[in-house]
Amino acid sequence: MNKELKNDHVVTIKDFTVDELEIIFDLAEDLVPVAEGKKKNDDLYGKLAATLFYEPSTRTRLSFEGAMKRMGGRCIGFAKPGTSSAKKGETLADTIRVASGYSDLIVLRHHREGAARLASKFSDVPVINAGDGAGHHPTQTLLDLFTIKEEKGDISGNHIGIAGDLKYGRTVHSLTHALSMYDTELTFISPPSLKMPEEILKGLTEDGISYQEVENIDEALDDLDVLYMTRIQRERFPSSKDYEEVARSYHLEKKMLDDSDTRSDMIILHPLPRVDEISADVDPTPNAKYFRQAANGIPVRMALLKLLMEC
Amino acid sequence: MNEDENEMDEEPKQIKITPIKHGTVIDHIRKAQAMKVLRILGLREDDIDSIVSIAMNVDSSLGKKDIVKVEDMELIEEDLDKISLVAPEATVNIIRDYKVIDKHRVQLPEMVKGIVRCKNKNCISNQNEPVISEFKVIGEYPVTLKCEYCEREMKGEEISENVI
Repeated sequence: MNKELKNDHVVTIKDFTVDELEIIFDLAEDLVPVAEGKKKNDDLYGKLAATLFYEPSTRTRLSFEGAMKRMGGRCIGFAKPGTSSAKKGETLADTIRVASGYSDLIVLRHHREGAARLASKFSDVPVINAGDGAGHHPTQTLLDLFTIKEEKGDISGNHIGIAGDLKYGRTVHSLTHALSMYDTELTFISPPSLKMPEEILKGLTEDGISYQEVENIDEALDDLDVLYMTRIQRERFPSSKDYEEVARSYHLEKKMLDDSDTRSDMIILHPLPRVDEISADVDPTPNAKYFRQAANGIPVRMALLKLLMEC
Repeated sequence: MNEDENEMDEEPKQIKITPIKHGTVIDHIRKAQAMKVLRILGLREDDIDSIVSIAMNVDSSLGKKDIVKVEDMELIEEDLDKISLVAPEATVNIIRDYKVIDKHRVQLPEMVKGIVRCKNKNCISNQNEPVISEFKVIGEYPVTLKCEYCEREMKGEEISENVI
């Protein structure tokens, strides 16, 4: 068997080198017709993945299960902890030991930070982190990068704006780290209270990545190749009034695209679910790629499953 | 002159902290960290027979400091290095027959296991799981630790507040 990924487990996006990311993206591209049901594939026939979801998830769980099944594999597991032995007080470590004896790979979502790292220490089969509390969600970053590559031809060479809650958002932290491995220019768009943490900015400077920080989307729109929007969460603000003031300024609508010198080929991404950040009138524009991005969850996860199970 | 005044004039009969014949003296411990040093070294357990003396808030040329003396016990370097988390400037003196036979500063280890708990209450290492806390030392001034599980960073006071 040809092992193309150096790690057995996927806990953070930092577990990959750029070469490994390219291997995943090349394979994902080949698998797009399979993901769309246009081509048959049974590379994962006879393989069993345990999907252990201690926290609710729609897209992540469905796309992992969809990816397994599109390639002839099967899934076992649970979608909420109430149906697992966690309710009886079993440790995560024991659940992982048991599940690793039942399956060829474990997909874990858990509400505690570091859960996937712990699981990787107790599992005999590969573990994929499908989100650990406010920690990491590496497969989201994989599909974000894949979508940029698919739409723009390459990841390097792009000016990427990341907007929203940059202080607490795990998605934007992982994405920023991953983009720092490429030759990109970054613009961070956030209210002052939700700026990108200093330690991440320091890392960018050390890596020689140029970045700017601005407060309004309007200030950045003209010059971007990619606009990555994220949700600003109400609970981060002391009052509803404070939240509403900020949320209003992070609302993207078609008029803003029309009134600015936005590049016609600028793409808009969002990890979804969105609340008010992107108006529905943006959806039919050629710039809106967030549903395509969500659909890319299937081929990217297919590629990862196949590589980790060495099929 | 009354009796009380007589007493005041007498030389004090007690010495604050005596020299030790054999053992380990840990000097230059940051002010108010001596108890944490004992905790890290496991010197607060019931099964320790050695005499342990503690001096706190002692004047020194660099300000106030704490000192710990452990009699008849030469602590091993690997254990002593763990105290660098709360007392990075501490020096260790190994004493034999009242003479200092070895003196060195504590060194920060590369990894810290089971001494400090993660500050992140939602970290999996703080739950009822069969693992001990584990940190990578990523900075020296100030001492900075990164949790191997949740990757949160802790420095300075946060470390000292979370000694197990």
